[in-house]
Amino acid sequence: MSATTLKPPSAERLTLLGWLRKNLFNSWGNAILTVVAGWLTYVTVRGLLLWVFTEADWEVVVTNLRLILLGQYPIAEVWRIWVSMALLAFLIGNSLSIWGKGKTSTRFTVLLMAVLVGLGFVVSGPSRLWLIGMAALVGAGWFLGRSAGKTMRNVVGIGWVVWPPIFILLLRGLTPAEGFLPQVGTNLWGGLMLTFMLTIVGIVFSFPIGVLLALGRQSNLPIVRWFCITFIEVVRGVPLITILFMAQLMLPLFLPAGLTIDRVLRAMVGITLFSAAYLAENVRGGLQAIPKGQYEAAYALGLNGALSMGLIILPQALRLIIPILVGQFIALFKDTALVAIVGLFDLVGIARTVLAQPAFLGTHREVYAFISLLYWVFSYAMSYVSIRLEDSLGVGKR
Amino acid sequence: MANTPNTSASPPFWRDERVLKILAQIIFGAAVLIFGFVLFQNMVTGLRQQGTTLGLTFLQNTSGFDLAETLNEYSRSSTYWQAFLAGLYNTLLVSAVGIVLSTILGVILGVARLSSNVLVRGLATAYLELMRNLSLLVFLIFWYLGVFLKLPLVKDAVIWPGDIILTNRGIGIPWGLPTETWPTFKLFLIGGLVLAVVLTLLFRWQGKRTGKSPLALVWAPLAFLSVAAIGWFVVPAAPLSLDLPAVAGLNLKGGRIFTPEFMALVSGLVLYTAAFIGEVVRAGIQAVSKGQVEASRALGLSSFQSLRLVIFPQALQVIIPPLTSQYLNLTKNSSLAIAVGYPDLFYVSNTILNQSGRAVEMITLVMLTYLLFSLVTSVFMNWYNARVRLVER
Amino acid sequence: MTKKLFPVVGLLLAIAVVLTACGGGSTPATSEAAPAEQPTAAPAEVIFTTPSGYGVTLETVRARGTLICGVNSQVPGFGFVDADGNFSGVDVDYCRALAAAVFGDANAVEFRPVTAAERFTALQSGEIDVLSRNTTWSTLRDTELGGNFVHTTFYDGQGLMVREDSGITDIAGLEGGTICVQTGTTTELNLADVFAAEGVSYTPAVFEDADGTFAAYAEGRCDAVTTDKSGLVSRRTVLADPEAHVILDVTMSKEPLGPMVRHGDDQWFDIAQWTVFAMISAEEFGITSANVDSQSGSANPEVLRLLGLEGELGAALGLEANWAYNIISQVGNYEEVYNRSLGPDTPTYIPRGLNSLYTEGGLLYAPPFR
Repeated sequence: MSATTLKPPSAERLTLLGWLRKNLFNSWGNAILTVVAGWLTYVTVRGLLLWVFTEADWEVVVTNLRLILLGQYPIAEVWRIWVSMALLAFLIGNSLSIWGKGKTSTRFTVLLMAVLVGLGFVVSGPSRLWLIGMAALVGAGWFLGRSAGKTMRNVVGIGWVVWPPIFILLLRGLTPAEGFLPQVGTNLWGGLMLTFMLTIVGIVFSFPIGVLLALGRQSNLPIVRWFCITFIEVVRGVPLITILFMAQLMLPLFLPAGLTIDRVLRAMVGITLFSAAYLAENVRGGLQAIPKGQYEAAYALGLNGALSMGLIILPQALRLIIPILVGQFIALFKDTALVAIVGLFDLVGIARTVLAQPAFLGTHREVYAFISLLYWVFSYAMSYVSIRLEDSLGVGKR
Repeated sequence: MANTPNTSASPPFWRDERVLKILAQIIFGAAVLIFGFVLFQNMVTGLRQQGTTLGLTFLQNTSGFDLAETLNEYSRSSTYWQAFLAGLYNTLLVSAVGIVLSTILGVILGVARLSSNVLVRGLATAYLELMRNLSLLVFLIFWYLGVFLKLPLVKDAVIWPGDIILTNRGIGIPWGLPTETWPTFKLFLIGGLVLAVVLTLLFRWQGKRTGKSPLALVWAPLAFLSVAAIGWFVVPAAPLSLDLPAVAGLNLKGGRIFTPEFMALVSGLVLYTAAFIGEVVRAGIQAVSKGQVEASRALGLSSFQSLRLVIFPQALQVIIPPLTSQYLNLTKNSSLAIAVGYPDLFYVSNTILNQSGRAVEMITLVMLTYLLFSLVTSVFMNWYNARVRLVER
Repeated sequence: MTKKLFPVVGLLLAIAVVLTACGGGSTPATSEAAPAEQPTAAPAEVIFTTPSGYGVTLETVRARGTLICGVNSQVPGFGFVDADGNFSGVDVDYCRALAAAVFGDANAVEFRPVTAAERFTALQSGEIDVLSRNTTWSTLRDTELGGNFVHTTFYDGQGLMVREDSGITDIAGLEGGTICVQTGTTTELNLADVFAAEGVSYTPAVFEDADGTFAAYAEGRCDAVTTDKSGLVSRRTVLADPEAHVILDVTMSKEPLGPMVRHGDDQWFDIAQWTVFAMISAEEFGITSANVDSQSGSANPEVLRLLGLEGELGAALGLEANWAYNIISQVGNYEEVYNRSLGPDTPTYIPRGLNSLYTEGGLLYAPPFR
């Protein structure tokens, strides 16, 4: 990242025409490819833009925006979601300045703030204030991380750990009916919020279970090993939708008479177990990549099995597989869409109910395009952040 | 302190690591078994209260519903089991077609990602980023409702050159109809196939013996085609007559007609999976070090030879395991057919479940079937992987 | 590598053995019904309910403080979610009426959208207290699926809708055509039955949800779409050009739609049943939510009994004396509920037809309140 980068000798510096020639038209075959690819790009982009700005009627999305984002969450309690989001905004801003790299992180922060403020102008009422407040918090987090990077590093680390439980507790509420933070039943959870919730719960719980399963698979206790192998292979061998069906249709039959488990919780259990099996295999890959010497060194230090695993091997293995883990979590985020098929009101489920409103029948393209965009933005953001994270942690550069 | 414990004796059993390990396992195993048993008992009790028992005999009952497309003989008076089989065949069909097509597209994408042409490379990258961050379910629904159902109505059918008919009832292509000379011609086809296999084996044997062999990849299909061509002219009448699709009554008739559900599912799965296969292929090619290419060229191999003999076998080793899991993913993802209304294994089973009320049996049956797919695939791929590895040295 | 496959194969075998063994049906019926557990304070995610036994449902519902009602979220006019996130529709209002009867508060109800696939399991396992999700009353459902249907709230019949310009007027006209239908429904079976009986060949295009079915029809994927006529009417009004579609004068089946409760609790069944009767009778006597408060001076003793001003009918059901008053004042009589979702002022207007009072040539006939 030095300020002065060496320029090639002037004779080799390319003109625009030269660049085109070198990169696009250096042979007949390439020229044809360029023309075909260019035409393809033109047709697609033109068609897309035409549809978005002239043909599509976005009224359905505008009218139902709250439903799509928050489901049927009671309006009086929406502030809880905003508070969690505000916390998240601060954490993101702070993390960006601590872990991000120079210009890219600055650019990303500014972009995020701009998007939030922009959204603030689109919506009205208290939402606008909240959004602008969030933008301000992103900025505040960023400057705090700038000026007090060292001390903030731990704070923000803890922040990331405690945020998911705070989010869940806030949304669910504490006391049954009235009083401080009344409970909001999971039947009222929906939209993007439910998708997030399923993802967060899936990640938080599948991680330890996956690690345990991976360790169990490596265990020298045959019964434990066989149990783990069976579990992992069976879960990986079937589609997620069958597991969700099992959770929704079979689980109630397995429980003793008179006991039922909330259906959102059942879906969470299904997603968590599914994700854990895949995670276990990734962790196993990481464990196998650790050189034998590390095991021997740990043993030579006098550490017993559990300690050497927990202090020496596992941290290295997990660091090694961070990119794969993030990929896995993105897949989990996208897979939560399947809960719509078992009747939950996640992003896809709510889209289907929106499409059943008499006023908006037949607006599939608009609704599904919009939620596709939501999925895309969040998946892309996750993978972008993970690349940044890998860079700053030096994953893969040993 | 009269008797100091003998230090050489083994520790008491409750501190003996081996005993503890066995004990822990027994407790763990017993806990799992008891837990499973309690769940099972609950289910049996619950079902008995409703007056039903577990069992697969209901599969012999008449299904009572029709299916949109089946590969086997099926009607409303067929049994649930036949409906299940129809779904199974459809899943196999979709998976097979999907795997072939997504491999082709994936390889193209993977190579395009490494292209020297900036535009091609950029386009491939953009496609990849678009697909990888979409939810497959949403994509399939959008693809079905937003693309295939937006094709022209039957009465405004679009006809492409080559008698390909495009409508939102299906896409019809010309297809061969067997005539009475077909059985004779079939013998020629089988003969050609046998010849091709024999040639391949012969060339391989020769290659092992002498280190030089003709290209089986070229000669075997050629042999097959020439035998087939001879057969075509030897039989008195053409064994296949051309059947063109056409609009007849309310629907398309003739030729081979692919329903929009099938097209949406297969193309959706292919477009999605190809993005992942593209990455696998790119990683595989990049994993082969530049030195290998240069070394092979230095040995005097042509660029095709170096690709075939040096780069490809090495890249394949890296590619095979992740490629297998992509194939399995595609097969499992085909269960999303439920979102576009294609009667695959999962969808048909869901219908059976609804109509018969047999949730436990049907879900178990479906899971076992998918598990079987995975097992067969991984056994085959392990065998293949081992074979590819042998070539290494 | 093959080693890891052993446990999996073993599991496959074990399950196969279990399934076939159970198929013999030789397991002796020894177990007793599980003792009714008292509802205890538990986190909202794990709920203790009692699936069977006289009177326990009411007790459980009262202890919980809310009624849990299984509904549809995709049928305009019957059960759907409006832009404000509220459930509305005829089936949904029935749930409100039941809550009003039990608690005196029509809002003490939690709506649980259930899919066609899971609705019976949800009821059997006690996850919901009542299923009010345009469910057709049929023999198997009334017996083997472990439920009891209360009085029908909506008489329906399966119909066919086609495009007017197709010129199709009867089932025979659909020869060789494609028909859109929703899976897992009696509709799907009736379609196969009727077309087989008429000897007309067709191709089904089967979808998993109502929205998908009608979306496919609207796009011209099918020549006809079939479902209950009420569904056809309400869906037709919201197609891009309603006039271009006609509902054929063919009734393929009887579809009595009504709420369903679990087997084994007669008291709860009675409450669910008489909630319907109260709404029907209220219409018959001309009692509406607007005039119910002025009925105390009514000369008709049955009105007084209905409103709990005379006699002890509420106690007989295990409810407050003014249970029916609560239904009518908070939710309305049958006509009000009907008109709110299916009346002439709604986009999903359906003429009353069979669902008129018996005095007006319909099938609604409530037993006397006595």
